[in-house]
Amino acid sequence: MSRYSAFALLRNWLGGNTDWDPVWRSPEPASSYDVIIIGAGGHGLATAYHLAKHYRPGRIAVIDKGWLGGGNTGRNTTIVRSDYFYKESADFYDHSLRLYASLSQELNFNIMYSARGILNLAHSRHEVDFQRRIVNAMQLNGIHAELLGREEVLKFCPVLNGDPNARFPIYGAMRQKRGGTVRHDAVAWGYARAADALGVDILQNTEVTGFRRDISGGVQGVETSKGFIGATKVGIATAGHSSVVAQMAGFRLPVASYGLQAFVSEPVKPVLHTVIGSAVIGSYCSQSDKGGIVCGGGIDPYPSFAQRGSAATMEKVLAGIVQLVPTFSSLRLLRQWAGIVDYTADSSPIIDRSPVPGIYLNVGWGGGGFKAIPAGGEAFAHLIAKDEPHPLTTAFGLQRFRDGALIDEAAAAGIEH
Amino acid sequence: MMRIACPNCGLRDEREFAYGGEAHIDRPELDCDDQAWEEYLFLRANPKGEHAERWVHVHGCGVWFNLIRHTETHEVVAVYVMGVARP
Ligand SMILES: Cc1cc2nc3c(=O)[nH]c(=O)nc-3n(C[C@H](O)[C@H](O)[C@H](O)COP(=O)(O)OP(=O)(O)OC[C@H]3O[C@@H](n4cnc5c(N)ncnc54)[C@H](O)[C@@H]3O)c2cc1C
Ligand SMILES: [Zn+2]
Repeated sequence: MSRYSAFALLRNWLGGNTDWDPVWRSPEPASSYDVIIIGAGGHGLATAYHLAKHYRPGRIAVIDKGWLGGGNTGRNTTIVRSDYFYKESADFYDHSLRLYASLSQELNFNIMYSARGILNLAHSRHEVDFQRRIVNAMQLNGIHAELLGREEVLKFCPVLNGDPNARFPIYGAMRQKRGGTVRHDAVAWGYARAADALGVDILQNTEVTGFRRDISGGVQGVETSKGFIGATKVGIATAGHSSVVAQMAGFRLPVASYGLQAFVSEPVKPVLHTVIGSAVIGSYCSQSDKGGIVCGGGIDPYPSFAQRGSAATMEKVLAGIVQLVPTFSSLRLLRQWAGIVDYTADSSPIIDRSPVPGIYLNVGWGGGGFKAIPAGGEAFAHLIAKDEPHPLTTAFGLQRFRDGALIDEAAAAGIEH
Repeated sequence: MMRIACPNCGLRDEREFAYGGEAHIDRPELDCDDQAWEEYLFLRANPKGEHAERWVHVHGCGVWFNLIRHTETHEVVAVYVMGVARP
């Protein structure tokens, strides 16, 4: 892998940009690997990278039915933060945010981490009290966050709807300054390039259709659209399709899959220098470097694998955006899309062994797993290599559903993560 | 916009309805073991394909009913009243 640098840019420019190396190879599948990861999203690719770099378990492949980064990793609204309530989540997500801060150097690929801050608005006295509780919890978890009063909010972000008679007047906000955005495609591409350089085979356009197991029940490999590929360790990182792949292996998961939509407007001059969102209104947005207003909100309210999005939800989310920033009502949308996200009952992920020996799970990220990619990859690599959970993810096992030991972030923080 | 045929009111827009989870999940006896309770509370079929589910015509007549819907095409294959077996 040739390193990217200012010097490389200059040299290649002088050479007419004709001899850049391909960013990754497109190998044919080998007949078997030591570890196979299903799903070349951020989590699958980061896992392969950490496995190859730190654990060296032998030959590794990442298999995807489409193109790498074509799932939710390439469809999200790029927001990263660690403003969680429970200690278990705070430790894990803050570790992830810290890894993001140095990931461009680690991967030699500019992921464009922008710590522009994230502002969650409060629209009533009660919400202000609620935010105080969350901020206190965060401080106790060692994560800095702050409360802003109404005047501070409007001074910091003047495009917000400051009308005291608005349907949702602004009473204040909580802010995590280190939160912000990261270029999503760059995360997939950066990990793919680094993993490929360490010898990982990334097999695109290869759909997993089943599992082969030995008489004791352990996994022997996967059936794919390109034939059987052997492996005695298989990781599942297929996001919205986790239950579909689990069913192929003969077990059920405590997840339900929904469509989650995002929208981007035509580009305009810089108007919004931070991420804004409101739990009550159920919408959030930020401005991309290209100038588009990137908008998101809640999931479509019924299970779906359509990857299309409901018009009723679209109207609701966008009406919320216009509540937040009335001037955005004159913007035109450029694109709308959806991804399929798998939600657990407590909105926390599952990083654990599965009921089938040799099959491991990194699923259940719902609408909030982009921010978790660096730590998710690190923890999943640890789990697969050592067959025991990473210390940061011991609380995120399957057993919690049987024990009732949920980490219920959605209920605790009032935000759909 | 998905359209759903309420057993009472006929074909209406999806926004008049609310989804109520997977259908035909029976609560086990209260002295069941943890595994049965976990299955009841959390484990779902979540298929990419035909799914039996409960809906309520919340902004209409208020009736709860079951339907079978394809989760990839959103085609509603069957609508049937509560209490009868999946067709
Ligand atoms: C609209 C939207 C907005 C979001 N916004 C945010 C946000 O602002 N911040 C945040 O933190 N998170 C956000 N998320 C969530 C985040 O995008 C996901 O949690 C995260 O990208 C999951 O990464 P992944 O690698 O697990 O899955 P994916 O990137 O979805 O990768 C899974 C891969 O598995 C492949 N696959 C599936 N089935 C098979 C099979 N049978 N065989 C082979 N391959 C298969 C798919 O093709 C896919 O490429 C958002 C999601 C959406 C949809
Ligand atoms: Zn009705």
